[in-house]
Amino acid sequence: MTAVRVLVGTHKGAFILTSDGKRESWDVEGPLFGGWEIYHMKGSPADPNRLYASQSMGWFGQVVQRSDDGGKTWTPVGNKFDYDGVAGTHQWYDGTPHPWEFARVWHFEPSLADPDTVYAGVEDAALFRTTDGGQNWEELSGLRKQDSGPHWQPGAGGLCLHTIIQDPSDTARMYVAISAAGAFRTDDGAKTWKPINKGLHSAQLPDPDAEVGHCVHHVAMHPDKPGVLYMQKHWDVMRSDDAGDSWHEVSGDLPTDFGFVIDVHAHEPETIYVVPIKSDSEHYVPDGKLRVFRSRTGGGEWEPLTKGLPQTGCYHNVLRDAMAVDSLDPCGVYFGTSGGQVYASNNAGDSWTAIAADLPKVLSVEVQSLP
Amino acid sequence: MIRVALPAHLRNLAGVGHEVELDVAEPVTLGAVLDALEASYPTLRGTIRDQVTKQRRPFIRFFANEADISHDGPDAALPAAVLGGTEPLMVIGAMAGG
Repeated sequence: MTAVRVLVGTHKGAFILTSDGKRESWDVEGPLFGGWEIYHMKGSPADPNRLYASQSMGWFGQVVQRSDDGGKTWTPVGNKFDYDGVAGTHQWYDGTPHPWEFARVWHFEPSLADPDTVYAGVEDAALFRTTDGGQNWEELSGLRKQDSGPHWQPGAGGLCLHTIIQDPSDTARMYVAISAAGAFRTDDGAKTWKPINKGLHSAQLPDPDAEVGHCVHHVAMHPDKPGVLYMQKHWDVMRSDDAGDSWHEVSGDLPTDFGFVIDVHAHEPETIYVVPIKSDSEHYVPDGKLRVFRSRTGGGEWEPLTKGLPQTGCYHNVLRDAMAVDSLDPCGVYFGTSGGQVYASNNAGDSWTAIAADLPKVLSVEVQSLP
Repeated sequence: MIRVALPAHLRNLAGVGHEVELDVAEPVTLGAVLDALEASYPTLRGTIRDQVTKQRRPFIRFFANEADISHDGPDAALPAAVLGGTEPLMVIGAMAGG
């Protein structure tokens, strides 16, 4: 019997939603770590009972929680994120140099092969790794120390490394994305990195085609086509067919191409999902309608998915890590809103059901498909 | 024996009650008490002060015997009432919000 576990991080705690393979009836457990911001929670592909959660709070800083039993019990593990060597500076909002300072973990990406190895994307933007189940973290400083690092400047949400993608066909290749620096790729196991932002155009930059400085909101990849990347940028939905070496816009007929989330269907590498947001200052869905847009053509042509979603008076946002897909058939799609709803579709987006409502603001959604 | 009172979130994290009691070697300073606290409860490392610089987190305050000693520095001696165990060193999550 298959099952699904949805890991929801919110502004005031974590929730775990479970269902059988039909995905019609849901049990909701939580809040876990009540009162703390749970920026992200994710399970290991190599051991689905191994979970990691980023727990933080303005008063008490960063805590890392680990579960070895699928979220029944949790243990705090290492929370020391010490930048490698002399940390140096990046650009502050006013253009002056500013020391690198750790604020929080935005994203955990467990290794595809080893449950004890996890990558962490943090603010101020850097990539860390543990190889002992979270007890100790080391910075993979080749990213931050490549040429453009001192010139990175935070976006409104902070200088955060929020996206980490491992190439399942090449263990030495990995992608990260940083707001507001852009996307980067390593081909040598995180020793060296290069910006991969050619083709991005951001009118908010003095040089709209600059090599770095683009506010990339999220990047997604299908494991069967690891050279194809999809990006939701500040404005513009983008696609790369050459592992990020170049990008072209696939916003097509979307009502607005601003947004945060983007994800790919589990079984159809050319089927992608976004949730358009009205604008960079109006962080809510346009026209009071909560609509997921699906493209079955890898972008360019989009259809609104509305069945089961509020179509009047809705002014929620969907944050960058708050959409995920399961690997069942039909593919399940899940997303959480700033209004505290978690919506699920058990038919690839054709219809939706609120599987949790009235939670705190949803920061992240991840899904595990269980045997 | 030094008594340390913790805020609710840190009590939950450390799995303790309202107060903990610590043996602290002389001289009993604020820094020495925090060292002893983190040694006894490693999950509190980084939640009260930075793990590298040892600086107090911005929204943490230390109260003792009805005085705010947050700015006294790690080498400052604690009040006699705390040293004598009649008053706890209070770790406080500062009022922050609107």
